[in-house]
Amino acid sequence: MIRGYAGKFLEVDLSAKSFKEVKFSDEVLKDYVGGRGLAAKILWDRLGSKWETVDPLGPENLLLFLTGPLTGFFPGGRICVSGKSPQSNGVVGSTVGGEFGVELKCAGYDGIIVAGEAEKPVYLFVKDSDLEIRDASHIWGLDAKQTTAVLTRECRELLKARYPQKGEWKEPSILYIGPAGENKVRTAAVAAKWSHAAGYGGYGAVMGSKRLKAIAVKGTGPLPEVADLEDVKTLMQEVCNNAYESELWRRWGTGSAGYEVGARTSSEPVRNWQEEWHDERSFGVNEFENRVWVKQYWGDFGCPTTCLKLAVVRSGKFKGAITDNPDYELQAYLGTNLGIFTPEENVFMASVIDDLGLCGIQTGNVLGFAAELFQRGILTKEDLDGIELKWGDAEAFAALAKKIAYREGIGNILAEGTYRAALKIGEMKGVDVMPYAVQVKGIGVGAHGIRSEKDYPEIYSYACSVQGGDHTSTACMPLDDFRSELMMTFHDSGVYCYFNVFGLSRTLVFNFYKAVTGIELTKEDWVATKAMKIIQLQRAMLLLGGPDLKWNPEIHDDNPPRFYEPLPSGPLKGKAIEKARVDEEKRRYYELVGWDERGIPKSETLRRLGLDDVDKALEKLR
Amino acid sequence: MLAPGIEFPHFCAQCEDYPCVEACPVNALSVSKETGAVIVDSNTCIGCGKCIDACPGRIPHLHPKENKILICDLCGGDPQCVKVCQEGLWNVLRIVPRGNYSYKLYARTPEEIARDLAVKIFGEDGARYV
Repeated sequence: MIRGYAGKFLEVDLSAKSFKEVKFSDEVLKDYVGGRGLAAKILWDRLGSKWETVDPLGPENLLLFLTGPLTGFFPGGRICVSGKSPQSNGVVGSTVGGEFGVELKCAGYDGIIVAGEAEKPVYLFVKDSDLEIRDASHIWGLDAKQTTAVLTRECRELLKARYPQKGEWKEPSILYIGPAGENKVRTAAVAAKWSHAAGYGGYGAVMGSKRLKAIAVKGTGPLPEVADLEDVKTLMQEVCNNAYESELWRRWGTGSAGYEVGARTSSEPVRNWQEEWHDERSFGVNEFENRVWVKQYWGDFGCPTTCLKLAVVRSGKFKGAITDNPDYELQAYLGTNLGIFTPEENVFMASVIDDLGLCGIQTGNVLGFAAELFQRGILTKEDLDGIELKWGDAEAFAALAKKIAYREGIGNILAEGTYRAALKIGEMKGVDVMPYAVQVKGIGVGAHGIRSEKDYPEIYSYACSVQGGDHTSTACMPLDDFRSELMMTFHDSGVYCYFNVFGLSRTLVFNFYKAVTGIELTKEDWVATKAMKIIQLQRAMLLLGGPDLKWNPEIHDDNPPRFYEPLPSGPLKGKAIEKARVDEEKRRYYELVGWDERGIPKSETLRRLGLDDVDKALEKLR
Repeated sequence: MLAPGIEFPHFCAQCEDYPCVEACPVNALSVSKETGAVIVDSNTCIGCGKCIDACPGRIPHLHPKENKILICDLCGGDPQCVKVCQEGLWNVLRIVPRGNYSYKLYARTPEEIARDLAVKIFGEDGARYV
C-alpha cells in the first residue's frame, strides 16, 4: 500500500441507506493521486459510458468528497468536492479549506463517495468507523450559521452520550449546504465554517438533489504513516517558514488585490465587466482592516498563512453582518462587479451569500448579469418582482440573492446560473442577451480579466480550460508554468492549499509528495503523463456533456463576448483583444495538449496515455 | 471552535489548588516540584475520568486509544506550544514566571469561553452562534 493514504474510501448509497468500503489499486492511486485527478477517474469509470444521459441533479450522479495524499501533511489541508457538474456538465475539482479532510483521514477514510438520493433530508455522521445516516428534517431550511450551530451542538452531545467519561469533545468538522443547495440552485456551494466554500461546479445543488444536508466527521486515529517522516517534517517547516515571511498573504489574504488588480492592473470586474478599472482606491484592504476586521488572523488547522480575517459590521444600516473578510474574489464579485464600493456593504453582501449557501463568485456573476439587463431595460422592475436593481444598491442585490436561493419569481431563472439564465431570458424577451453573460462553458469567469493582459490569466486561459471560467484552473503555456492548469491539477489532486506554495521552488510539492508516499515524481513526468491524463478525461467529459447542454469547442472554446470589447476606462482605455490572436494561441495550446484543430483530444494522444476507451467514446464527436 | 472564528486554546490553567490531583482515586496524579505542573503516572491511571469532572474547565482529555489521561506537564518546563506560537509570530502564548495569579479563573469549559468570546467578537447576540 502506498504511504500517506488511509487505505480505503467510504461509499454511501443514500437510496439503499447502505455503506461499503471501496479500495483503489496502487496503480490507480499512483496515476490519479487523489482529489481532482481521482474524481475524474472514478466518474469516468462509473458514469463514462452513459455520461451524456446522466442528470447532474439526478440520483445517478455521484458526489465525491476526496482527500489527497498530502492532505493533513502539507500545511493548509483542503477537501476536494466533485461529481458531474450542474454548471458545465463536465467535471470540476472544487476544493474547500478546513479540517474536514484531516478529520476524514484520521477517521480512516481517504474520501467519501455518495451515490443515490435520500427520500427525506438526512445528514451523514462519521466517527471513525461508526457510521450513521441521520434525520436532518430539523436542520433542512436553516441558513449556514444556524446549521453550523445546531449541528455542532448536536454532534458534540452525541459524542458525549456515546462515549461517556471521555471528557470534552472537540467539535467534528462539518460540510453543509444552505437553502440554495437544498433548492438545487446551480450556483450553490458546498460550504464549511459559515464562509468557506467549494463554489465552482455547483456541487451544493448536487448535495441538495441527494437531500444530503451535511456531513459531520470526527476522526480520533492518527494520520496515516508517511514514507519518510523526517523529510516530511523538514518540508513542513520549510513551507511554514516561507509562509511566515509572506506579509502579503498573511496580513491581507488576497484582499490587497482589490487595489492591486482593481486599480493598478485594470482587470477587476466593475458593473458586470463593463469596466475593469475603478478609481475607488478607498476600496483597498486598508479600509477593511481599519473598519471591519475584528480578527486579523483566522486560519484553519495547521495553516501558517491564515489568509482569512473575520469581519463584522458593528454599526449602521448593515449592523450585524458577519463573514470572513471578503477575499479578492468576493470584494470584486460582491463589490465592484455590482457597483458596490464600501467595505460595509461588501461584508453585508458576503454574509448574505454565505448564509444562503451560495457561491459568491457564480452568484455575483449572475447578479451582475441581471443588473446589466436592468440597466439596459431588458429586465424591468416588474420582471424582478418590484426590485429596482440599481448598481451599488446592496439591499436590492441581497433581496435578489434570496429570490435566487429560494427560486422565487425571476430567481427561479437566475438560479440556473448565468449561461442557462441567458438562454431563458433571451427566449423570453426575444433579445440576444448572451453578450452580457460573462462565463465560459456554464462557469462564470473568476475576477481576473484578460483584456489588460496585466493580470495572471492569458487571453486563451478561460477559453481552453477544462473547468471553464474557473480562475484557479487556467490554461497557460508552457504547460509546466506555475499558473498552468496542469500544475494546478497537482494541488487539487494532492488536495492542499496552493497559497502556501507561493514563494517556494516549483519542485517542492513533488518532493513533498515523495516524502509522504515514497513515490518518485518529477514535474516533467507529472505534466507529460499524469496531469495530461487527468486533463484529457476532464476534457472528454466536458465535451460529452448533456443532458441539457452540450459544448461545441468550435463555438464555446472562446472568451465571453464582453472580453472582445475595448476597455472603456482606466490607464489602458481602448485596449482590446483581437479574436485572431486568441484563435492563434488556442491552436498552439491545442497542439501542446494533443487536441485536434477543433479542440477534440486526438486519438493518438489518448492512446499514448492508455485512454483507449475515452478515444472510442469521443469518436462520435470527431 | 464551537463557532467559526471563535478559536481558543483549551489548555490546563495551572490551578493553585489542584482539584484534579485531589480527585484521582488511585493517586496517579502528582505535582512537579520544579514546574508546578501536574504529572500523570500512566501506569497507575485507570482512565476513570474523575479528574475531568473535578476540573472546573473539563480540560483533561483521555487518549482515544490508550485510555489514559492527558494533562499538560509543561513539557518539563520548556513548553513546545509556546515555541511554535512564537516561531509563527502569533504571540498568543508566552512563558511567565509562576506566582499566585488566580490561574484557576481561566479553567472554564469550552462552551463558557466560546459564548463570552462570541459576544465580544460578534456583538451582543453573538452567543446564539455557539
